Amino acid sequence: MTLLQTKDLIVTFETADGPVNAVNGVNFSIDKGETLAIVGESGSGKSQTAFAIMGLLARNGRASGQALFDGQDLLAMPQKALNKIRANDVAMIFQDPMTSLNPYIRISDQMAEVLTLHKGISKRDAITQSVRMLDAVGIPDAKARISSFPHEFSGGMRQRIMIAMALLCEPRLLIADEPTTALDVTVQAQIMRVLADIRRDFGTAIILITHDLGIVADACDRTLVLYGGQIMEDGPTDDVFARPSHPYTAGLLRAVPRLDRDDDELLTIAGEPPDMSRLPAGCPFSPRCAAVMPHCPTVKPRLESFDGTRRRACHLPIDEVA
Amino acid sequence: MEPILSVKDLSVTFDIHPQGAWPWTKPQKLHAVNGISFDLAPGQCLGVVGESGSGKSTLARAIVGTVPSSHGKILFEGRDLASMSPSARRVHRKDVQMIFQDPLAALNPRMTVGDIIAEPLITHEPKVPRAEVRKRVQALMERVGLLPNLVNRYPHEFSGGQCQRIGIARALILKPKLLICDEPVSALDVSVQAQVVNLLRELQRDMGLSMIFIAHDLSVVKHVSDKVMVMYLGRTMEMAGSKALTTGPRHPYSQALIASVPIPDPVLERARKRPVLEGELPSPLRPPSGCVFRTRCPKAQAICAEIRPPMTDADNGHMVACHFEEKQEMLVFAR
Repeated sequence: MTLLQTKDLIVTFETADGPVNAVNGVNFSIDKGETLAIVGESGSGKSQTAFAIMGLLARNGRASGQALFDGQDLLAMPQKALNKIRANDVAMIFQDPMTSLNPYIRISDQMAEVLTLHKGISKRDAITQSVRMLDAVGIPDAKARISSFPHEFSGGMRQRIMIAMALLCEPRLLIADEPTTALDVTVQAQIMRVLADIRRDFGTAIILITHDLGIVADACDRTLVLYGGQIMEDGPTDDVFARPSHPYTAGLLRAVPRLDRDDDELLTIAGEPPDMSRLPAGCPFSPRCAAVMPHCPTVKPRLESFDGTRRRACHLPIDEVA
Repeated sequence: MEPILSVKDLSVTFDIHPQGAWPWTKPQKLHAVNGISFDLAPGQCLGVVGESGSGKSTLARAIVGTVPSSHGKILFEGRDLASMSPSARRVHRKDVQMIFQDPLAALNPRMTVGDIIAEPLITHEPKVPRAEVRKRVQALMERVGLLPNLVNRYPHEFSGGQCQRIGIARALILKPKLLICDEPVSALDVSVQAQVVNLLRELQRDMGLSMIFIAHDLSVVKHVSDKVMVMYLGRTMEMAGSKALTTGPRHPYSQALIASVPIPDPVLERARKRPVLEGELPSPLRPPSGCVFRTRCPKAQAICAEIRPPMTDADNGHMVACHFEEKQEMLVFAR
């Protein structure tokens, strides 16, 4: 069953150089209990998509289109109703846990606040529940450590606290924006395991926003590839990785150095990430695409379904994508 | 062959005043780098991996001389840099150059690209005529993939990947013999990362550069390096040829590190054994006794707390510091 669906999501920022579209007509949906990866490089609009859904855009940003959560449009909702959904149903964790925690307030108070405010339970019960949640995300000796301040924890522990805090109200959807980018690989593996456990134990749907194709391979059912604020392709993770249907995805997969491979030279994608204020009228990837055709920069390819479960936006016939 | 760089039992110690301590109390000693030794042959690349706090960046800084070493030798072409006076080191500074992690922060925002790249040359070889400087800057810009007509632009006008190319050009203008790269690609996007990695390898080949390549991403390090050194809490755990280390690591830490690196292939990834390393890096102010890794090691025994395992040659130059070292086949190589 569909939990969240976006329809023609557009995010526009008013800048000194005029309006710039960071997200340009993104349509996707996520089912209950599913994990969806949104993959993209800097400037692909992956974080802004999440911020728009959560109503967290910067002051000069505006979202249009629809983001239907359980059939209700999050973008058209009054603040009060949105707060209710953000409290109970959708939660988000961010890249840098230190900037999301208040450095002056003990973890116990920060976590209990969530429950006393949203669930109206007593502080004592709230703290008991918080301890249980910290246990669940693997904080050792949670009962004693809950009265510490954020700076007394390491980066990995802070990220666990963020996850625990996000889960307090048992949300149905967790949006994780680059949750492991600031962490070491061994800690990254720990955090990814926590996320997998949560999904198994609570049945939470997860949107994982990342630039790291490696963690996607292990963690996500479905993968959506963004470039220049538009969907390049999406589909089941196995299919997208085994048979990429878009030159960008194919190029990205080849550009990642792999531990299990011995290639002498990495294949690269030429050029630089796109300048969002000067995107071509057609396919945003066309300036860097090796298989570019004359009409690519001017005619925007439509996002078309194929294989039943997959979609792609490219003029190139699918069997020519190497 | 005579090594171009030979580091012998190098230690770097910082004095740390604990938070809230009285100013007259004795500072604590933090051993950021603790008894590291290695040789680097000319034209070779040594990769250094480790988690944050393992001392890999401090090692780089000690070699270029931006932090003083407290013990040991840094022999560059046979001469000990560590015991040299700063003015004597200056002569060698031309030969050892460095590129940094944050490409934009490493460039002076108020200097033009041309001035940034020319600065080391003007400083170290003031007799070179201006016209020659300009010519060399332009040639080098072309070599690293920047259009020479961008010479009068400022760093903020460039993307991250381009800024890193500027940093590389600045490091290479003096034609150094040794290039030290401290996390040169970790701030870059995947597609741009591959470009910079390829550029570095190409330059290394063409200019006969020796390199020390520091990164936390083992896949990148393996790709670039001939030899890889794994560091943990200021000490070397294992050092071996890059393929030997990634396919058959012998130290439990290297094994855990390799198991933690995700591989972008869903089928392979599910098939892999991935024991996750528990816990986190202990405080370097109070490192564990004996083997520093023992607090997180799945194989730790009583002896590990008592005796620090020495670096031993386990297999034809495959160096490892562990009482219970054992080769483990980690990866099935595709292709």
